[in-house]
Amino acid sequence: MSKHRYDPQATVRAYIMVFACLMIFTALTVAAAFVDLGAMNNAVAMAIAATKAVLVAMIFMHLRGGSPLNVLWISSGIFGFVIMIAFPLLDLLSRNILGIPGK
Amino acid sequence: MQTSEAKKVNYLSAQHTVASWLLTIDHKRIAILYLVSITVMFLIGGLMAAAIRAELLTPAGDLMGSDTYNKAFTLHGIVMVFFFLIPSIPATLGNFLVPLMIGAKDLAFPRINLLSWYIYMVGATIGIVATVTGGLDTGWTLYTPYSTAYATTNVVMPAIGLFITGFSSILTGLNFIVTIHKMRAPGMTWFRLPLFIWAQYATSIVMILATPVIAITVLMVAIDRGLGLGIFDPKAGGDPVLFQHLFWFYSHPAVYIMILPAMGVISEVIPCFSKKRIFGYNFIAASSLSIAIIGFFVWGHHLFTTPQSMYAAMAFSIITFAVAVPSAVKTFNWTATMYRGSVSFEAPMIYAFGFMGLFLVGGLTGLFLGALGLDLHVHDTYFVVAHFHYIMVGGAIMAYMAGLHFWWPKMTGRMYPEGPAKAAALLIFVGFNLTFFPQFLAGYAGMPRRYHYYPPEFQIFNVLSTAGSSILALGYLLPLGYLLWSLRYGRAAGRNPWGATGLEWMIDSPPSPHNFDETPVVTWEPYDYPDAHRRTAEHAASEAARV
Repeated sequence: MSKHRYDPQATVRAYIMVFACLMIFTALTVAAAFVDLGAMNNAVAMAIAATKAVLVAMIFMHLRGGSPLNVLWISSGIFGFVIMIAFPLLDLLSRNILGIPGK
Repeated sequence: MQTSEAKKVNYLSAQHTVASWLLTIDHKRIAILYLVSITVMFLIGGLMAAAIRAELLTPAGDLMGSDTYNKAFTLHGIVMVFFFLIPSIPATLGNFLVPLMIGAKDLAFPRINLLSWYIYMVGATIGIVATVTGGLDTGWTLYTPYSTAYATTNVVMPAIGLFITGFSSILTGLNFIVTIHKMRAPGMTWFRLPLFIWAQYATSIVMILATPVIAITVLMVAIDRGLGLGIFDPKAGGDPVLFQHLFWFYSHPAVYIMILPAMGVISEVIPCFSKKRIFGYNFIAASSLSIAIIGFFVWGHHLFTTPQSMYAAMAFSIITFAVAVPSAVKTFNWTATMYRGSVSFEAPMIYAFGFMGLFLVGGLTGLFLGALGLDLHVHDTYFVVAHFHYIMVGGAIMAYMAGLHFWWPKMTGRMYPEGPAKAAALLIFVGFNLTFFPQFLAGYAGMPRRYHYYPPEFQIFNVLSTAGSSILALGYLLPLGYLLWSLRYGRAAGRNPWGATGLEWMIDSPPSPHNFDETPVVTWEPYDYPDAHRRTAEHAASEAARV
């Protein structure tokens, strides 16, 4: 399926590098938990988690160099997730802005 | 030719042991396993419906108290929605037909297909046993904070049952999508696919993207209840409306998991019994995808009476009206297909007519409920109960029955008696309307749902409804009788008893274990009705020549 020539050594090297990156980012997550960054606490934690997810998806799940169809399906999953978060947020953030009780 | 066909090994006669069924990876046998399982579930759910209707015959709580009644309608809802309707068409007809219709020998992942049935059985068994032994009284919607903080019944185990069953749905959807992308026969291009396949594809999208959310939501309910985390508890900074957002993020698209495959069935039945090419193939295919996609943005219309912000409510209301458009496209196209067609009234077609009428009423009353003002008036009344039964029973089950009757000869190789089948279709149509139309009136007049007693002025509606449910029950039991009868006594169906188009009608009935002796090459357009019989005969002749 991949358009790239299959090179077992390069593949294993990439896996090891990604694994090392994931470990480093995990350590970073733990370290960040001990530092009070105020409003940035969640943002930093989410940024680290998102980076790890991208690495897993691109390398371990072979999205990089894989079929565009796989990218489309992963994107649709992300799209569904964004809807699930965005619409309840739309509700939450726009409650009571007119000062009408219950609305 | 009939004699030689009868001697051929088919998927039913290939092996006879119990193990050969329980360990099968043949998509057709797995479809039969699902068919038997969901029929048992339908009978359990139907039994609960009968108990509910019997209780509501009089205004007083004669047969059961509030607690028992609450458990009865909860069991009815959970069984019918999660264990019958959602797997109904995809897991039975879909499993059986998707490979046959696209010219494949099986689904892409046969073992995962069997796994999905086992997961379904485990989830359904846990759900049923937990609901029957401890009882669950939250309603199928499991609304918080009642389910997390106040219910004294068995919430966690049924929630685990639902969590597990969801994976079965995800695996089926995954299997269909990969199969449709990767295993189409040569020449079976996207726009030569039967519309049933488009519908299954659209349904699979919803299954894969929405089902994980209900799984995690019921898990959160269980965690909230068990550990008191307060995810949905305002006192702990949680929000009960968040539960409704998450629950309906799945459960509204779940309506499309039920109705999209139903629409796929109708798109096959109507051209066959009109002997005419379907009108607007591309639009019907696109409308399936549109419904699946737009259907993800409408769930907030279930929350109009909660503290949901008015702006979110307006957005959800507008999109709710938008999702009616592709449904209307299909309905108009089916009608246009019949126009000047050679229409005949075999049992599947009568069910299809029933579907169109009932789905129309269900869909239009859905627009009433999508209107912000009117919804406040009828929210949580019998109007809502009537509306969703018109969609789920009048729509989805009518189409399921249409499909079952249409493909029964292919699945079993036997014809059922046409007279009783037509009678059953009519009984179901009449019984259904008598059961649920009075509920629109009762609901509009203000009768709330989920009470086992009610003011006497509502009794007339309930008497009519209970009378109708008796007719409906008879209508559903009748097919159980004559379909089973046909297995032994029905006349041989032959390859193509209806003169239908499609690859599944070109092969033996019942099909061989590997479906096609040779991979078919598709060179014709879908729904090419003038040539249907000729094509089946040519295929049979070429198979005979090869032998």
